[in-house]
Amino acid sequence: MARISASVYTSHVPAIGAAMDLGKTAEPYWQPLFKGYEPSRQWLKDNTPDVIFLVYNDHATAFSLEIIPTFAIGTAAEYKPADEGWGPRPVPVVKGHPELASHIAQSVIQQDFDLTIVNRMDVDHGLTVPLSLMCGQPEAWPCPVIPFAVNVVQYPVPSGNRCFQLGRAIKKAIRSFDGDLNVQIWGTGGMSHQLQGPRAGLINREFDNMFLDRLIADPAGLAQVPHIDYVREAGSEGIELVMWLIARGAMSDTDRGGAAPHVHHRFYHVPASNTAVGHLILENR
Amino acid sequence: MALDKPYLDVPGTTIFDMEQCRKGYWLNQFCMSLMKAENRERFKADQRAYVDEWPMTEAQKQAVLNADLNAGIREGGNIYFLAKLGATHGKSFQQMAGSMTGMTEEEYRDMMIKGGRSAEGNRVVGEDGDAQAHRQPQGHGTGKLL
Repeated sequence: MARISASVYTSHVPAIGAAMDLGKTAEPYWQPLFKGYEPSRQWLKDNTPDVIFLVYNDHATAFSLEIIPTFAIGTAAEYKPADEGWGPRPVPVVKGHPELASHIAQSVIQQDFDLTIVNRMDVDHGLTVPLSLMCGQPEAWPCPVIPFAVNVVQYPVPSGNRCFQLGRAIKKAIRSFDGDLNVQIWGTGGMSHQLQGPRAGLINREFDNMFLDRLIADPAGLAQVPHIDYVREAGSEGIELVMWLIARGAMSDTDRGGAAPHVHHRFYHVPASNTAVGHLILENR
Repeated sequence: MALDKPYLDVPGTTIFDMEQCRKGYWLNQFCMSLMKAENRERFKADQRAYVDEWPMTEAQKQAVLNADLNAGIREGGNIYFLAKLGATHGKSFQQMAGSMTGMTEEEYRDMMIKGGRSAEGNRVVGEDGDAQAHRQPQGHGTGKLL
């Protein structure tokens, strides 16, 4: 039986990838941010899973306005880093896990979540920056990755509750896989940020820390927060945070008597470019 | 029956909903074309000729040619698509976001280093925060990306 051992939550700011690719991580601006991920890199070395199920959003890269899937699961053998306009990031090709991904797709669709199945796509900073933050600059990523893309660009995006319930379906799917696999689920994006209009640059420490607190202890309640609250409190792009609820939904059911996950690491930093960076590592007990 | 759009009274903010998507389809698809290096070169060599290959409105073309991201958003653009235009001009997301506030690059960067823009007064149109219409522009920038 496959099992989910832990979940990782992190922002995926493109400038973080650029700072690593251009060798700027020791600069005073970036140093505090990367220091916050040092324990995480050690933890991942000590706890390398067999597969990472990585929830992220595509930023008008693989999906233009021609086709906009709400939830898309990658079932391919590999995914190339995309050229987002600055040229492709110099990071390893992402190896997939077609066998587990196909199993999850079939199970989750049979649980009434209508996923789009993707056998060919490039992956953008939404997926590669979390890997860079957690792994540094290796020759190859430490394990296969199943990309799971969520539409948070074209409104309306899925609700927090829809995401949370989807996480539960993914957990059930993974548990029903016959192979003995240790799986981590990562939720990425956020935290508070707005990239457009005269309100660009919005940051809300209080909201972000409330979100982190409730993600740990009260995810089912947090999932009830409506979109408009994210927009007003965390900025128009802060809506990405609903993706964290997919990962949390796949962890221990704290609202149904399950033990609260162990908080291995918690980090918060402002700013990375336009964005508040939040990071959690939660381990199932 | 009217659609539920509770986000129309957030100051300084345009939510990329279905209506904006319909309005901005070709502008955004033009931006997607800039993900190819050869298209970026062709665009930079003759911007007017390149935008004329696309069925955009003249207002959309002017937003592109003026590197005016607020105008791009108004005409149906989405920031993640417009970012391809910014990238083609060698600009970062911070430079793009900053240009829309009317601040200079330095003014905007300083605001972010000091903790960013507060939500106070910026949640609903009619309050007195720095993103409200009556407080624009916010700095000494040109409001354009270039």
